Amino acid sequence: MKLKNLFIKLITLTVASLLLITGIAGCGNAKTGSSGTASYRTIDEIKQSGKIVIGVFSDKAPFGYVDENGKYQGYDIYFAERIAKDLGVEVEYVSTDPASRVEYVATGKVDIILANFTVTEERAKQVDFALPYMKVMLGVVSPDNALITDVEQLNAKNLIVVKGTTAETYFEKNYPDVSLQKYDEYADAYNALLDGRGDAFSTDNTEVLAWALSNTGFTVGIDALGNADTIAPAVQKGNTTLLDWLNDEIEALGEENFFHADYAATLDSVYGKAANPDNLVVEGGKVE
Amino acid sequence: MQGSGISVLFMGKNLLRLLGGLWVTLRISLIAVLLSIPLGLLFGMLMTLKSPVSRIVSRVYLEFIRIMPQLVLLFIAYFGVTRAFGWNLSGDTSAIIVFTLWGTAEMGDLVRSALISIPKHQYDSAMALGMSRVQTFGYVVVPQTMRRLIPLTINLTTRMIKTTSLVVLIGMTEVLKVGKQIIDANRFDYPTAALWVYGVIFLLYFLACFPISMLARKLEKRWR
Repeated sequence: MKLKNLFIKLITLTVASLLLITGIAGCGNAKTGSSGTASYRTIDEIKQSGKIVIGVFSDKAPFGYVDENGKYQGYDIYFAERIAKDLGVEVEYVSTDPASRVEYVATGKVDIILANFTVTEERAKQVDFALPYMKVMLGVVSPDNALITDVEQLNAKNLIVVKGTTAETYFEKNYPDVSLQKYDEYADAYNALLDGRGDAFSTDNTEVLAWALSNTGFTVGIDALGNADTIAPAVQKGNTTLLDWLNDEIEALGEENFFHADYAATLDSVYGKAANPDNLVVEGGKVE
Repeated sequence: MQGSGISVLFMGKNLLRLLGGLWVTLRISLIAVLLSIPLGLLFGMLMTLKSPVSRIVSRVYLEFIRIMPQLVLLFIAYFGVTRAFGWNLSGDTSAIIVFTLWGTAEMGDLVRSALISIPKHQYDSAMALGMSRVQTFGYVVVPQTMRRLIPLTINLTTRMIKTTSLVVLIGMTEVLKVGKQIIDANRFDYPTAALWVYGVIFLLYFLACFPISMLARKLEKRWR
């Protein structure tokens, strides 16, 4: 009996200490991030190494995707290529998922996140955002035979969202009655909508507009929901040299209307008449 | 504009990319399996020892690995370790570490169950024949244990191959992720590509796992 008690005590103790260690590790990292014990690379270090590591999406056409030859393509990539060119370095892409973007940049595994990253207050506590290069609102796409044109219609229905996106936080905060069906990846979320596992899918309006254009039987019933959000590159907290360089770069690119050219090269063929470039593109980091 | 999904498979290097993804999957899982089997054998023997210390340590290790989802372990190994100690492990290394830790725990428990399933009279008979402890182990216990272990090990191996699809969350593009990239890049022009791509992935997983099953069947026959 005594031995058994001892055994249980020992197990509890070990598990508790394991948890404690992971807990301390968890706190410690937040500190290294803000006090800046150099887990990020400064602009000079990046230039010296001859390579910049940029986290992008690999399955979110037309912003960041991989073509049939295995090459990264899209609106974000067009910008990333330009950054690398102006820095005079090679670019290495890291494929990220919505939920792990913050973690990548916070641990210094990538120098910049350029993955359709919407600026929010919570994220701004963990990463430093540069000037925006795009703006979006939320959209909701649903099948034509049960089209949802008003948010109230979503009550008690299943809304598909992707984990870690603004749509998830927006609906959790403002419409708690909507039941959310969460997926890790965009490809899964779209398949769920196609299979009828959910009644509608919500994410950035650009994204759903593009998708509905090529999927007959689906329409974007709500195309501008929530506040206009901006999309910006993010760097690790405290990496001011890289942040300043990025801000200067975005301002300079505004003068040559770079992002309109980017739009024309990557997005125009997808959106066609469904969207006006001036409603999506932000030049020189200035949102009217 | 919307064509048949099957053509997506033959566009550019898509098939090669899928095979490349399969290689990532197999590389991680097979290295982890090759490390897990010897470590698991040792771990399993450790678990059958009478000493309370080794029992408690192995029990805690087993339960810890078993309770923690592999996803959490992967995040700890990839992001947590960097945050806590500043060690920047690559996705490859973290995945192999996590899957080896997991494989060792699971394999150890299989070895333990196989070892204790050898009835006591086998030991007694061997002793009665005048065998030493080492001989008893080598000639009587191990051959029987091995035979019992084969199907269990194969189960574990195929399960590990399939579970490696989780490594996508630490930035590794294994076969399933490549499939998703192909589906996504073509979703405007070929919305039906998903079915074909997933079909090919199914076939690839089958081709990877089936030879392992065949090998196991051969071994079982030979050792009967």
